[in-house]
Amino acid sequence: MTQNTIGNILEVRNLTKKFGNFVAVDQVTFDIQKGEIFGFLGPNGAGKSTTIRMLTTLLRPTSGKATLLNYDIVNQSDKVRKHIGLVAEKIILYDRLTARENLEFFGNLFHLPQTDIKERTRKWIARLDMENWVNAQVGTFSTGMKQRINIARALLTEPDILFLDEPTLGLDPQTTHLIRQFIRELNEQGVTILLTTHDMLEAEELSNRIAIIDHGKIVAQDTAENLKKIVSEKDHPTLEDVFLQITGTQIRDTGNERMTPTHGHRFGFRKTSRVR
Amino acid sequence: MNTFKDLWQIAKKDLLEFARDKLRLVTFLIMPMFMMIMTGFIFPNQNTLKNISLGVTNQDSQYGQKLVETISVLKLTGNNPAFQIKSYANLDAIKDGIKKQEISGGLVILEDFTQKVNQNQQAEVTLVEDPSNPQISALVSQTLMQTVAAFGQQIGIQKINLLLNSLSPVPEQSQPKDNSALAILAPVGTKLESIIPGNPNYFEFIAPGIMAMIVMTAVLTGLAASIAREKEQGTLDGILISPINRLAIILGKALAQAIRGLIQGAIVLLLAFLLFGVTIHGSLFLVASLLLLGIFSFVGLGILVSAVATEQETATQLLFMFQFPMLFLSGVFFPILMMPRFMQQIAHLIPLTYAINALRKVMVLGAGLPSVQTELLILFLFGAATLAVAVPVFKRVITK
Ligand SMILES: Nc1ncnc2c1ncn2[C@@H]1O[C@H](COP(=O)(O)OP(=O)(O)OP(=O)(O)O)[C@@H](O)[C@H]1O
Ligand SMILES: [Mg+2]
Repeated sequence: MTQNTIGNILEVRNLTKKFGNFVAVDQVTFDIQKGEIFGFLGPNGAGKSTTIRMLTTLLRPTSGKATLLNYDIVNQSDKVRKHIGLVAEKIILYDRLTARENLEFFGNLFHLPQTDIKERTRKWIARLDMENWVNAQVGTFSTGMKQRINIARALLTEPDILFLDEPTLGLDPQTTHLIRQFIRELNEQGVTILLTTHDMLEAEELSNRIAIIDHGKIVAQDTAENLKKIVSEKDHPTLEDVFLQITGTQIRDTGNERMTPTHGHRFGFRKTSRVR
Repeated sequence: MNTFKDLWQIAKKDLLEFARDKLRLVTFLIMPMFMMIMTGFIFPNQNTLKNISLGVTNQDSQYGQKLVETISVLKLTGNNPAFQIKSYANLDAIKDGIKKQEISGGLVILEDFTQKVNQNQQAEVTLVEDPSNPQISALVSQTLMQTVAAFGQQIGIQKINLLLNSLSPVPEQSQPKDNSALAILAPVGTKLESIIPGNPNYFEFIAPGIMAMIVMTAVLTGLAASIAREKEQGTLDGILISPINRLAIILGKALAQAIRGLIQGAIVLLLAFLLFGVTIHGSLFLVASLLLLGIFSFVGLGILVSAVATEQETATQLLFMFQFPMLFLSGVFFPILMMPRFMQQIAHLIPLTYAINALRKVMVLGAGLPSVQTELLILFLFGAATLAVAVPVFKRVITK
């Protein structure tokens, strides 16, 4: 295992998370290079969000380790926090605060100078086309508007790496387009991005490299182009063909003993236990 | 220093969110009023004795009539007469009236009342109680007995004066005063010396307890619910991903709740003053400090509960389990000294007990800082100790 490899912003080694006896993330190992967009794909319940939560210091790994800019995510979590931005599955904004109040609040938590908060708020708000709404309460926003402010929030610290957990989920084509465009732009400005999505086209279009995780394990890791070579039956396979070939066509939410309703907005149920 | 700034940021944000939530704001303001009015009227005191319907059967014209008049103009508080007199034909009619709940008690004066008085026999009146309402009954009976006794004493004094005059007729100017008659009638008197002016009522006893109870339960549930809500909605991640001290998060949330708690406490005090005539004899600043320390003593517990409870509802239910027995054990309604021994021992493990005790000393007895410093110290230690446990637990659980 090589540490401090030049060019890697993130190095993940045998990262594992167990919830009770259930292994949600199983010995995951991968690197993310500075400046790349890393597609992190996998079926529902594969362990993508859990991995992201560990890498963003929100969840303590059961075993294994990961370093971000050579800072250990567990022992140097405060250092790590200063370099990352997170767009999680749930939108991190307060409905009863205005867009600006939200950004000010989160900016203050990072002890950013007021001038920086003001300047960055202005900049991102303008780029994301939210100027007319900055003083309105977030609770009155559509999902697309909320997500744009949510992304601005994640960018307040000007992070080196941005974790995007399904950032275009439930958005209309216009907002999706805007956000994809914006992701590319940020990347061009030097921001490294870890992107999770169920949209194979989006993944292929944006990612430099792709990792596929299933049942908590990384099962493939390469460029989209190379991954497509796995599929032999088709002349022009899509990333979806690759995904289905690797992870199978069986739906993940069947065959579990324990089903609990989620508070999520997308799926009725989430698997809490799995027969392995 | 940064911790204080962060703490304040969190508190400010929580308060702003709260102030914009109309529904929560309304319940927040109404809850203490509701509790206060409920408890205030459930526990009757002299102040509640007004316009009570009293059934009277009076078959006597002279003294009997006078006694009824005395009772009908009796005022215990303000300008309201204590009793509304309704006439009934006889004892059975009064009993019927009580059963129909037309009246809360009755008084029967028979036709030979004046006659017996004049013949130096003991005259009697009959009181009828309403057993379905023991608390009001006790107050009514007590008041009526006192009134009748005072009335009787008046007659006695007149009689003794007559007697004294007939024994040794004296010149006009040295007529025996009522005093000497009174001294013969009641040779031993009792003078009540209280350490505070006025006469404290039961409500003065329970008001500090109710205030502490309302404030602390509100803060406890509010804190746990506020953390659980942010957990559920995912916004807590936004705070946790920042490099601020975890203690600042907890204390910031607690501060927001404490400020809300103090406002509720002030509402309670104002209502106690306006509706039930409760006055604070000690310093308001000391009362506020005691409340704050009382709140502080609960923060650790609130954090522990929200650490184990993943959802808002679970947190609220868990807390209810704590709160219910606490209300009875901490001496809000009954003095702790009246409890069985083992319950007293449990009571001394609950911080609310000390807060209420100290508040009572300050509010009712006008005690100063020196008399409550033990309680202040205990509250502080309790808060610090529970926080010392709760913060590491919170840190662990939150990243589990
Ligand atoms: N706090 C938790 N306690 C118990 N099980 C959990 C917890 N968080 C996640 N899991 C389980 O771990 C597994 C991985 O969940 P995770 O959210 O990481 O999946 P995902 O790849 O992000 O899926 P999706 O595409 O649905 O977002 C799931 O089976 C989930 O039920
Ligand atoms: Mg997920």
